[in-house]
Amino acid sequence: MNKRLKIGVLYSHVRIEEKWIFGAMDKRGIEYDRLDNRTIHFDLNNPSQWQQYDAIIERSIGYNNGLYALRILNTFDVPTVNTARVAEICGDKLITSAILSRSGIPQPHNLTAFTPEAALEAIETLGYPVVLKPVVGSWGRLLAKINDRDAAEAILEHKATLGSVQHSIFYIQEYIEKPGRDIRAVVIGDRLIAAMYRKSEHWITNTARGGQGELCPVTPEIEELALRAAKAVGGGVLAVDLVEHPERGMIVNEINHTMEFHGLQPVSGVDIAGEIVEYVISIARNGIPSS
Amino acid sequence: MLTTICPECAAEITLEEQTEISEIIVCSDCGVDLEVTSLDPVTVQLAPMEQEDWGE
Repeated sequence: MNKRLKIGVLYSHVRIEEKWIFGAMDKRGIEYDRLDNRTIHFDLNNPSQWQQYDAIIERSIGYNNGLYALRILNTFDVPTVNTARVAEICGDKLITSAILSRSGIPQPHNLTAFTPEAALEAIETLGYPVVLKPVVGSWGRLLAKINDRDAAEAILEHKATLGSVQHSIFYIQEYIEKPGRDIRAVVIGDRLIAAMYRKSEHWITNTARGGQGELCPVTPEIEELALRAAKAVGGGVLAVDLVEHPERGMIVNEINHTMEFHGLQPVSGVDIAGEIVEYVISIARNGIPSS
Repeated sequence: MLTTICPECAAEITLEEQTEISEIIVCSDCGVDLEVTSLDPVTVQLAPMEQEDWGE
């Protein structure tokens, strides 16, 4: 007889995605606890409270809270979706780029530097325009398209002076003339389950910044690249963002480890929350597959 | 009826039946983001400000 599973859902706010996940749990009769990361605490000397869970899915909005929770849980040998290692890679654009590079996965030309002077020199090796991105953060915030040296000097000085210490890790990316869209492909385990275009007249295409979702037919090229990228960062439940480069074709821009899918689920008609819950169940039963 | 008062503008807010604790709702009168802190009785508070590491 199968052991009755117990799942934890770690979250900070209940977005529509969390409501869908709760609903998918309820529909399957899964026993689960809702774990609000603003009210829980970890006794680092006593993991037993957490080891009651066969798996925990991490859905925190804040990267740091989620990452530390995952590190603790994985240290306690609690399987998580995603793992702390995957969160470490995907939550930091610089680490993502390094891992994609190691795996030979096509991506934008990225440079990094630790002082404004070195960053300016790096920018000038790429040529203008370039994009400066914070290494941690999302929803298209604090991205800067820099068109000339004057703008570069101003932005770099502002980031070094006004930003947190992390804003002096300068992450510089070539500016890509996208065809007014990028592609979000959702990979769960070893399957690509849905993809959508995010269309915008603005160079920032995040739906959080007004990009419009539209169903994207999954081509063999999209599937192969998204699956390779997901595997390179450790696999799990991932949203792989792809860009159509005018010269180099399809490349991977970034990978999200606590994806939102309020746009993709209705556009694709795929029950993404249900797919996530099925994956968490498989992890609870079988553990994290080795990548 | 799941109703409460917006702490920002005092407008009456009616919640949908499936509303969950910790859900963020928007006051239709003043547009402020509110977090649902209780369902029985219904209470809401101003939602936390977006932080730098939020997102996906």
